[in-house]
Amino acid sequence: MTVIGVEKDFDNLSLILTAEFDAPIERVWELWADPRQLERWWGPPTHPSTVEKHDLTVGGEVTYFMTDQDGEKSRGRWQVRSVNPPRSLEITDGFVDQDGLPSPGTPITEVQVRLTERDEGTRMELRFLFESPEHWELLERWGAFGVFPQSVSQMDVLLAEGAEAETTPPRSL
Amino acid sequence: MVVDKATDEEADRLFHALADTTRRDILFRCIRGEPSVSQLAEAYPMSFAAVQKHVAVLERAGLISKQRHGRERLVHTDGDAVGRARQVLDELEQTWRGRVDRMADLLAPLSRHT
Repeated sequence: MTVIGVEKDFDNLSLILTAEFDAPIERVWELWADPRQLERWWGPPTHPSTVEKHDLTVGGEVTYFMTDQDGEKSRGRWQVRSVNPPRSLEITDGFVDQDGLPSPGTPITEVQVRLTERDEGTRMELRFLFESPEHWELLERWGAFGVFPQSVSQMDVLLAEGAEAETTPPRSL
Repeated sequence: MVVDKATDEEADRLFHALADTTRRDILFRCIRGEPSVSQLAEAYPMSFAAVQKHVAVLERAGLISKQRHGRERLVHTDGDAVGRARQVLDELEQTWRGRVDRMADLLAPLSRHT
């Protein structure tokens, strides 16, 4: 079994996925570092991916598009936050429009990749975090305050600021 | 937090609902479980009617809803918000399970099959 564990954290909207491969760490790293190999696993068979720019350095970008069966293309971009071959990689991944600008209203995912040697194979740990502000606002507006305790403390600050300006305080219950 | 005009009223209700410690506590209890109004009332040193009013404020803000269950009224949080978080993570999991499988396929020719 390749995927050996999935941990979901609904409070922080994060996911950790752990997989093990029967291959040396350098070989697993190549799947990320070689654009021709990357495009062979990034998109599903129904949406083959093509990697255009591939600059795996801090501040660098990887741009790609996926083509659906009607020939429609959807574009995405990684921004590289840290890279330490063949052990770790931190990127953000999100959709971009035709001009390469982030598509509004779509989530940006932060992906942390960590590879470790294990027995004769390699363990790959992937951590995902969402960070699109629109995404958070959407979730907050829909009343997920309890799901996101940190947003409640932000609310407290906002509420404390608002209380001074309030002319008609809410009727106490 | 950006709130457009159309949602001003909605936001006011939300802020008002969350501006009270008891109501936030009620909300957390409803997220953790699905208490009845009577169970909630027992948890606070105040009258049943007062607790009921707090529940109503949270309900108007769309944070919780009540459901009749036999003789009891159970209070639960907006399933949409929690459901959305679940859905987002489920989709992400499916996407990456597919990717990891394809990675394994690419590595297969070089690795020993067990």
